[in-house]
Amino acid sequence: MSGHGDRAGMRGGLYARRADIFPRAVDGFYRRLKWLVMAVTLVIYYATPWLRWDRGPYAPDQAVLVDLAHRRFYFFAIEIWPHEFYYVAGLLVMAGVGLFLVTSTVGRAWCGYACPQTVWSDLFLHIERAIDGDRNAQFRLRNGQWTMAKVGRRLLKQASFLLVSVLTGGAWIFYFGDAPSLARDIFTGQAAMVAYATVAILTATTYVLGGLMREQVCLYMCPWPRIQGAMLDERSLIVTYKDWRGEPRSHGIKRTEGAGDCIDCKACVQVCPTGIDIRDGAQYACITCALCIDACDEMMTKVGRPRGLIDYATLEDCRAEAAGAAPVPIRRTILRPRTLAYCSLWSAIGLAMIFMLGARTRLDLSVAHDRNPLWVRLSDGDIRNAYTVKLRNMETRPRKVRLAVSGLAGADMWDSTNEAGAAAGTLSLTVGADRVDQHRIYVRAPASGGPTTPFTFTLSALDDEGATAVDHVRFDRPEIQQ
Amino acid sequence: MTDRKIDDATGVPTMGHEWDGIEELDNPMPRWWLWTFYASILFAIGYCIAYPAIPLLDRATSGMLGWTSRGELAAETVKANAGRRATQQSLATVDIATLDPGSPLMHAAIEGGRAAFKVNCVQCHGAGAAGAKGYPNLNDDDWLWGGDRTALHQTILHGIRQPGDDATRMSQMPAFGRDGILKPEEIQDAISYVRLISRQQKPDASAQRGAALFAANCAACHGADAKGNRQLGAPDLSDAIWLYGGDRGALTATVTNARYGVMPAWGEKLDPATINMLTAYVHTLGGGE
Repeated sequence: MSGHGDRAGMRGGLYARRADIFPRAVDGFYRRLKWLVMAVTLVIYYATPWLRWDRGPYAPDQAVLVDLAHRRFYFFAIEIWPHEFYYVAGLLVMAGVGLFLVTSTVGRAWCGYACPQTVWSDLFLHIERAIDGDRNAQFRLRNGQWTMAKVGRRLLKQASFLLVSVLTGGAWIFYFGDAPSLARDIFTGQAAMVAYATVAILTATTYVLGGLMREQVCLYMCPWPRIQGAMLDERSLIVTYKDWRGEPRSHGIKRTEGAGDCIDCKACVQVCPTGIDIRDGAQYACITCALCIDACDEMMTKVGRPRGLIDYATLEDCRAEAAGAAPVPIRRTILRPRTLAYCSLWSAIGLAMIFMLGARTRLDLSVAHDRNPLWVRLSDGDIRNAYTVKLRNMETRPRKVRLAVSGLAGADMWDSTNEAGAAAGTLSLTVGADRVDQHRIYVRAPASGGPTTPFTFTLSALDDEGATAVDHVRFDRPEIQQ
Repeated sequence: MTDRKIDDATGVPTMGHEWDGIEELDNPMPRWWLWTFYASILFAIGYCIAYPAIPLLDRATSGMLGWTSRGELAAETVKANAGRRATQQSLATVDIATLDPGSPLMHAAIEGGRAAFKVNCVQCHGAGAAGAKGYPNLNDDDWLWGGDRTALHQTILHGIRQPGDDATRMSQMPAFGRDGILKPEEIQDAISYVRLISRQQKPDASAQRGAALFAANCAACHGADAKGNRQLGAPDLSDAIWLYGGDRGALTATVTNARYGVMPAWGEKLDPATINMLTAYVHTLGGGE
């Protein structure tokens, strides 16, 4: 915990000035892994809205689309309506459980590799190094006079940051509209105001969070570093400095015969994007990006010591290794009750959602009985009730359907837009593709009968699939017969 | 500030507060947080100057911008009315009887009528237009003066028995009992006949006597078959719908004293567009012809 407190500097002051962090460039296995993850996630982010998926003439052909105006969410072959929002809730639950699963096995891999804050901060750090030079050059530039060259570099850097931010914010809106036409509208100034506002807001958040605040978001704003303290256990993989091997640390002429492997070169501190010293032990400010492992391995190779002074290790392993025992096999680290429980929960939710997606009905019926008046007496003495019938066709084609009533003796019905003379036992209707059609239906029945008679509306598709849907309602008559 | 206790473990000064051995560290806040806090204070001061904020004894300060919620409502009302003007003008001049039922203007008329009905009509006809004793149910298929849009428009515009309106719906049923036209027992016989043809009772001697009385006294307006006459607002006496009740007691009161229901001529109070909208709406309630 002290690493961050030390950096705060102005102890006792009203606020802590952010200490500049200029991480040194480093190469190694984990750095290359981070490059790969960054490439994959950025390609997914930018390319996804441009993928096409043919859904026929009645639905958009964008593979992934959040259509707010028409209240639809398209994900390849899956189309989600607002009343099916629990699928999205299920995905969020899966993401949460997945995060627990990943944390309990490989620690904060999300924080270190895949979190957008990490990916974009990393991107901005690379741009900074490309313009200002590596760590030492950046220190020199910061402390130097404000020359024209420095002003130029600062302007170039901030302009590059803004460009990346605009591209980031600009890509986001394509998930909410048809990407090709929206792109054309954006550049010709014809897009909706909300599109420009969204780009502006996301540009601002990207620039501020990724370009300026960076590790401050992880340290002060994000709840995950605090939650993960409760998620980690002694068998979770975390980035660990093996102090029994490294201590006592020393370098140069101070090194003596009993010295540890750590030569106190501070390479691990110099490459850290959150500016901590991993040798202080596990800490919330460590996002486990593993760059210190790369830096330390490089150094250990140079001085001819075994690699892995800083390494991914579990607390249990560390204890065993310090005591000279064999480390716990990796399969016992990963396959343990806790991870298996998370894994089965995660799979169960996923399988349940896949099953529900496969079995869900694509034709639905919802009937609401008029409440005022409950019934109307007609001149021939019959009683008429009115119903608002909603027909929901989730297929992307129009469907011919038949509406019928059952369980109500002597009943017939007609659409309110027709004359009562058109009354019949069933109604043939067409429901538009991918929409909810609403009809006001009158049902007429003889006055004899109880004050309340339950009956059923049945909707059947007249095409090959023959889907049906039912809704149970009631027919009301006057309490006192005239 | 000089002799503040320093926490041993972290080297951070404490606030001097302690609860059961737990001490509060005085870690500094991030600078951006503090700036946000100061910025919000500045914003609040600016807000208090620009907008009504500080309560005085009888009112609040009015603010530099002169904003009021009443003023905002008035401005929005003017704006909304301006947006509706074209539709309102079309609705005021259109012939509602011949307007295409599927047209957007008819849709606007029905929805506008729904709102106007709740303000002007529900007091007598009820929120669901189901009426009450003496106030017709507008959902059914029985109309005193006609249920097509032309007739409905005429009724709403000029009312029923509206004094001073030459075009108002007017008719006058004789008070057969009070004015001594029929004797009380003759009235009962006529009622027996009416209840027979409206299928409320079985044939009997009284109904048989009533048939001749009906033909002589009632058929002139209600028709020989008792199906009524919409020119005169004479109700159909053979159907199941009774404005004042079809039982013997209610019918005795009706025939003895007659009934003169009234409805205001809404043309005096509402603009032509609203009359058209009400016509369109009432026509959709289930009995429109």
